[in-house]
This record gives sequence, structure tokens and C-alpha cells, in this order.
Amino acid sequence: MKSLTLPLRAEDVLDLHVGDPVTLSGVILTARDAAHKWMVETLVRKTRSPRGDDEACASALMSILDGGAIYHCGPVVAGLATAEYRFVAAGPTTSIREEPYQADVMAHFHARAVIGKGGMGGRTLAACSRVPFVYLHAIGGAATLIAQTVTRVIAVHKLEFGVPEAMWVIEVKEFPAVVTMDAHGSSLHREIESRSQQALLRLIGFEAEAGGPG
Amino acid sequence: MLDLTEAFVELVRFTSTDLPADVEQKLREARQREVPGSAAQGALNAILQNVDLARRTGSPICQDTGTPLFFVHHQPGWSARQLAEQIRAAVAEATRRSFLRPNAVDSLSGKNSGNNLGDPSFPTIHFEETDGERLVADLILKGGGCENVGAQYSLPHAGLQAGRDLEGVRRAALDAVHKAQGQGCAPGILGIAIGGDRGSSYLASKQALLRPIDDRHPDPELAALETRLTDEANQLGIGPMGFGGETTVLGAKLTSLHRLPASFFVSVSYMCWAHRRRRMTVLRDQVSYE
Repeated sequence: MKSLTLPLRAEDVLDLHVGDPVTLSGVILTARDAAHKWMVETLVRKTRSPRGDDEACASALMSILDGGAIYHCGPVVAGLATAEYRFVAAGPTTSIREEPYQADVMAHFHARAVIGKGGMGGRTLAACSRVPFVYLHAIGGAATLIAQTVTRVIAVHKLEFGVPEAMWVIEVKEFPAVVTMDAHGSSLHREIESRSQQALLRLIGFEAEAGGPG
Repeated sequence: MLDLTEAFVELVRFTSTDLPADVEQKLREARQREVPGSAAQGALNAILQNVDLARRTGSPICQDTGTPLFFVHHQPGWSARQLAEQIRAAVAEATRRSFLRPNAVDSLSGKNSGNNLGDPSFPTIHFEETDGERLVADLILKGGGCENVGAQYSLPHAGLQAGRDLEGVRRAALDAVHKAQGQGCAPGILGIAIGGDRGSSYLASKQALLRPIDDRHPDPELAALETRLTDEANQLGIGPMGFGGETTVLGAKLTSLHRLPASFFVSVSYMCWAHRRRRMTVLRDQVSYE
């Protein structure tokens, strides 16, 4: 088990390999669908002009995410009425939906880890080596267990996106995860996909070289 | 008729925080089968710890408390409209108490209603009037990750060489499990409907998920296919969370519907390991849960 403390340096990331169990401590940012779309359109590709508190929010994210970690998570949060926020349940959401955005977001902020579930695709894997960063797999559905590693809710950005979609700045202690995509071009997800494809072809009576189901 | 609002709040709390025993038992059996020290076994350890912790602390098993799907069988003379109002009030209250995440998002504006109440189909409530004095309400909380990997096939399917028979159903179902990989939070449970139209077929595939995991389909052919699909889906080796391993699904539940001569749908609803389904029974003023 490797204990990682944020912020991470590029060399910390290069030290990690697919299959390594890790724990993560420090400040991380939750961001999912609406947040990734907003970041890419407003800050990276700039196809949408900044409005409201966009610029203030962007500069806050710059410091949180430099060497930092993005967590694909839409939490259950208590204390909404009084703004005394507490994470009640906070497992990962499916990461592949951010595939169109992730590589750009990580490069823009120099972020070193993305945490989620289900893995990501080829574009993100290529960016893992280039930026560099790692993909950390948390246990999907283990929401109460993971919420116990959240020691503090520091701030929230874009609460108007709704509780699940807002960007929550949280402090975590020994958040458990497994490296499933590393900065050396390896992806557990690509490997399992390919192996299970061969098994499927056998089960439905296709020869592997016949091309298989389309 | 009674005001069951508080009883429905309890149904939601129970469903969100306390995994049914048959599902937990299957997860324990799955843990036994994985290689000690493997990522797959580590995932199942975390899952089982989380199930225990959620039950003890009364917090949601999974933060994605999903679409609340209610199936209500009520006695003659009770008003479905009033029951719907009570259920909606209960869902809003359960959200306020953090048993549910606010999940109802306006598809056009992107605005989250904040209390899980959307248009009349959110939460989803199905009513049926039945004889007798009992009201029986089933609730499934089905998260978005597993809902997104559901799939519907129109047979025949050339790519899969799947014809309009149970062999075609088997091919389609295995393809759906392969495409889902770990993204629906494997090991999942498959609800599979054969026939119907596109809408009724998906609905029936979800109702199939109400069955206990270990029950046996009364039709011997479908019972055999359920066992075979479970076994073969596990041979895909996708494993818990898609980490690779022995258990990819915990079970498969089939149902069939009449269809049009022109249509032959196979609808696969994938339910994540956090298979949150509970039942409330009301007899006179006595409310019980299972």
C-alpha cells in the first residue's frame, strides 16, 4: 500500500503502476459532468465567455488542482440549510462520461490524479503519459465507507449546478483506491476489455479472428 | 384510506441504507471465490464493509440513490392520486433527511429541483389495484451508472448471429454484460425481458429485478437459461468493479411478454451490486417491511 499526500509531483506519478493499491490524503476536488463541460468550454477551449463568478472560481481551481486530484463524485451532503456541510455518502461515479474532457482538463491544471470508477478510454490514457497523471479506481457504491475518509468540507464552487454536480473542495485522509491506468501506457480496463471480448467470442461460438459482434 | 407518508419515508430509509440479505449473502459467496489479496477480493471486502457500515449508521449504501421506482399494489377503493401525493411528500422528506441525494434534473435547463420531485414521472410510481385488504409497495433505488449500461436488442441481430429464440436471447444478454464491463458496478444482477414493445419491455426487465436472487423461474427453460447466463457471464472474467475476477454477475432474472409479429425485443436492465429493493406491506393499520 502506497500512501500518497497531495499535492503530487510528476515524479510521484511516474512511480505508480497499474495494480498498486494506494491511499490518498490532502485536498481534492469533486467534479463531474456539468463541471467538466464548464471547465473545458470556459477555461480550456474558451468557446463560452466567462460570466458571474467564473473567473474567481477558475483561479481558486488553479491552486487546488496544481499537483492535485479530481474526484468523479456526486455526494450526498448534509447541512445544506445551514451551510455546515458534511459528506454523508461519497462513492465514485462512472468516469467514462468525462472522456471527451479529461485530457484537456488535466493538462490545463497540471493535475496529477483523477479518481473515479469504470476506467477511461484511449484519449485519457495517452494524456496520462503526456501530462503526466494517473487514474485511481475507487470502489463504486462504497459510499458510506469512503465518506468516512472525508475529514472536512472546505468550500463549494458552482452549487447552482446542484448538489451532485457542484465542485466540492474536501480534505480526505487515507482515501483508498487502486491504480488502474498509469503514466507508462498501461490500463487494466483495456486489458480486461480485450480478455473478456475473447471470452465472449468463445461463448457465442465465433472464431476470434472472424471479427465478432458488431 | 390511511396517510402513509411517514411509512413511505421509512420504506425509503430502509431501502437506501439496508441491503437485502439475499444480495449480501451472494456478495459474501463471491468474496470466497476470489483469489486472496486480489483487487477483486479487495473490492468485495470494501463493498461488504460499506454495507455493514451503512446499515449501522443509517446512511445511504451508495451516494447515487438513483431513480426511486415504486410499484404499488393497492386495495379497491384507495385513491392512487392520494397515494402518489403521499409518496411524493415522503420522497421530499427522505431527501431532506439525507437518505436520498437530490437527483431530479430538468433536462432542458439543467436545474436540479433539490428535493427529488420532478415531473409526474419522477419519482416513478406504478399502481395496480388488487383484491384483498393489503397494500403492498415495492421500491427499487436504481442508480444512473447501472441504468446507463442497460441495453435493448431487436432480434434478429446479424452481428451477434442472434435469432428469435432463447439462444438469441443468450447471445444478446452476454453481449450486454460484456459492453457494460465494470461500469454498472459489477457484480450486478440482470433483469431481462423478452418481448413486449420497447417501453413495456424495459419496464418488465426492471420488475424482474424484484424477484429474490435465488428463486427459480417456474418455466424450466427460462430457469435453465437464468442459471446458464449467470455462469457464462462469470466466465467473461470482468469481475468485481471490472478488476478481473470470478464474479461478474450475482444472478439473472428473465421474464417474457407477448410481442407483435414484427418485433422481438430483448431488454437488459443491469442492476449494480447495491441492489436496493425493499417491500412495505400495510394491512389495516399495521405496517411491516421486508
